[in-house]
Amino acid sequence: MSAVLEIEGLQKTYRSRKGVRRALDGFDMVVEAGQVHGFLGPNGSGKTTTLRTLLGLIRPNGGRMALLGREVPQALPEVAGSVGAIVESPQFFGNFSARDTLSLLADAGGVDRSRVHEVLELVGLRDRSADRVKTYSLGMKQRLAVASALLKNPKLLILDEPANGLDPGGIREMRTLMRNLAESGMTVVLSSHILGEVQLICDSVTIISAGRRVAAGGVADVLAQHATSAIRVRVEAIADLTSAAHTLRYLGAQVVVEPDHLMVSGIAQPGVITRALAARGVYVSELAPVAVDLESVFLELTGTTPVEGEHRQVDESVAAPAAPVNGGWGQ
Amino acid sequence: MSLYTAETRRLTKRRFTRFFVLGTLLVLAAVAVGMFLSNHKASPERLATAQAQADREYDLAVREATKAQADCQAAQGTAAAQNYPPGCEALYQPTREDFRAEWYMPPTFNFREQFGLLLAALAALLAVMAFVIGATYVGAEWSSGGMMNLLLWRPQRVQVLSTKLAALLVSLTVFTVVVSAAWTGLFVLTARWRGTLAGMTAGAWQSILLMELRGLVLVLVLGALGFGLASLGRHTATALGAAIGAIIVFQFGLGTVLTLAKVPLATDWDSCDFSSTAGCEPATLTITWPMAGGLFAAAVVLVVGAAMWTMRSRDIT
Repeated sequence: MSAVLEIEGLQKTYRSRKGVRRALDGFDMVVEAGQVHGFLGPNGSGKTTTLRTLLGLIRPNGGRMALLGREVPQALPEVAGSVGAIVESPQFFGNFSARDTLSLLADAGGVDRSRVHEVLELVGLRDRSADRVKTYSLGMKQRLAVASALLKNPKLLILDEPANGLDPGGIREMRTLMRNLAESGMTVVLSSHILGEVQLICDSVTIISAGRRVAAGGVADVLAQHATSAIRVRVEAIADLTSAAHTLRYLGAQVVVEPDHLMVSGIAQPGVITRALAARGVYVSELAPVAVDLESVFLELTGTTPVEGEHRQVDESVAAPAAPVNGGWGQ
Repeated sequence: MSLYTAETRRLTKRRFTRFFVLGTLLVLAAVAVGMFLSNHKASPERLATAQAQADREYDLAVREATKAQADCQAAQGTAAAQNYPPGCEALYQPTREDFRAEWYMPPTFNFREQFGLLLAALAALLAVMAFVIGATYVGAEWSSGGMMNLLLWRPQRVQVLSTKLAALLVSLTVFTVVVSAAWTGLFVLTARWRGTLAGMTAGAWQSILLMELRGLVLVLVLGALGFGLASLGRHTATALGAAIGAIIVFQFGLGTVLTLAKVPLATDWDSCDFSSTAGCEPATLTITWPMAGGLFAAAVVLVVGAAMWTMRSRDIT
């Protein structure tokens, strides 16, 4: 597979009277052709800055970028026709109808106007296409934004929070649409905070925190890298938790005692736990391997797990180590 | 070319553009209708009526003057004599010349004498319209996010802004030429039916054409300034704020300061420009079209140049 999006060592610094803020601090990212790629990060981590920089809206202070094999921003005018994008919340001129909005974009981009009807049908706005955009709900504006990105029939589709404002049916439709687009050969980069969705539809992910990449690769690989062998153990009587913990530690396991269960790791065969506890007269009511999901990996990597009694501020996330992780430019 | 076509469509599809153009046309129509209704052709019947009115007024004035003379004579030697000039010779005696028939004629539209002022009014009105439309056209694009959307399609920033400006200026040119032609035509008809076209030589028509050309340039300059200022601030309010600021600073602030400093602004009342025909007149600064043109050209180059430079160099967030 060839890479359609490559970023290496991207840097963007904002200077103001309050000081210098590094929005992007040597960020790397690679997206292979034909994938649905999740681009994740907490608020203020640099996701939108990355997308804006990639699309020529912001000038970087350093680093290299390429879209569809061409260096950008130098070659952006040539590749822009093959890259559909929505960045942040959808913004349109409220007094124009969806049809007018798209036909004006089609004219500006030299796209056949017949394509307007096709994309309106695709995103489910056909019957409301003559209405003014200011009468649309957020979800409808989001659909229009996706339609505008699809208008060019792009090879690479970049969507920033496409599910924002969509109802559950709309989210499912969007998921199906992404899958269908990827199956048709289109590469989709999806920035989202709905991690369950990302886990469901994405082939690969990049996680950014404090302007640096903290994880990248196939979804399954990233999950596997952070998987644990922990087992959740519940017993019939909570009063037996302490003695059960002693028994398991005696077997060499690491045990964390939670209020109503034990988290046990370091034991290869879960059957050993039931046998040992039964021998002590403690009976197991639940024995479940703990599955890691993208949300827990995200929270762990970005250091944004909520802590009771604390109010995390937007810039309080974890920066990655200086050394790049696997999957950088050309790898 | 496709971008230019799209931008022209975008400009003409905007409701604000349509309403503002319609409002301007209504004001112009009101002026034209008012001028038509308030002027009348000098027909022999109207001339006879005016002559009769002048005669009546003259007779009345003569009667009043005769009575005043008699009253004055009667008052001589009494205390009431102080109400009259000594000897009663200085009392006003009306003459036929004081009651000329043309003064009792309804107004007649004289194209040669009056159309210049109407052209200036047209140019001023269209220039204000051009400034506001130019500012809102690009200002609304920035504030609605339309500019960012467009740049995702056409990442050549300066080309996009230049094309928008070109679409605006060409549309304004077409509109101004059409409206100026219609304006001239309407007042030619008004002069034909309610006035006179006397004195409209080839030179007079050429002068009107040149004035219309200057009006067109004024419209384009103001349109470009509105567009440039709104582009610089990325909001319509920047241009409107700058316009209001300029009016306050130059019209009121500068005038007040120069008056306080006793520096003559447009007229130096203490000076004397002597001529054998007019005598002593105060020196007056007359702003000619080359002076105003130079100032406008400098302002356009500065504002539009700065707008292009910031478009090229500033991040779009």
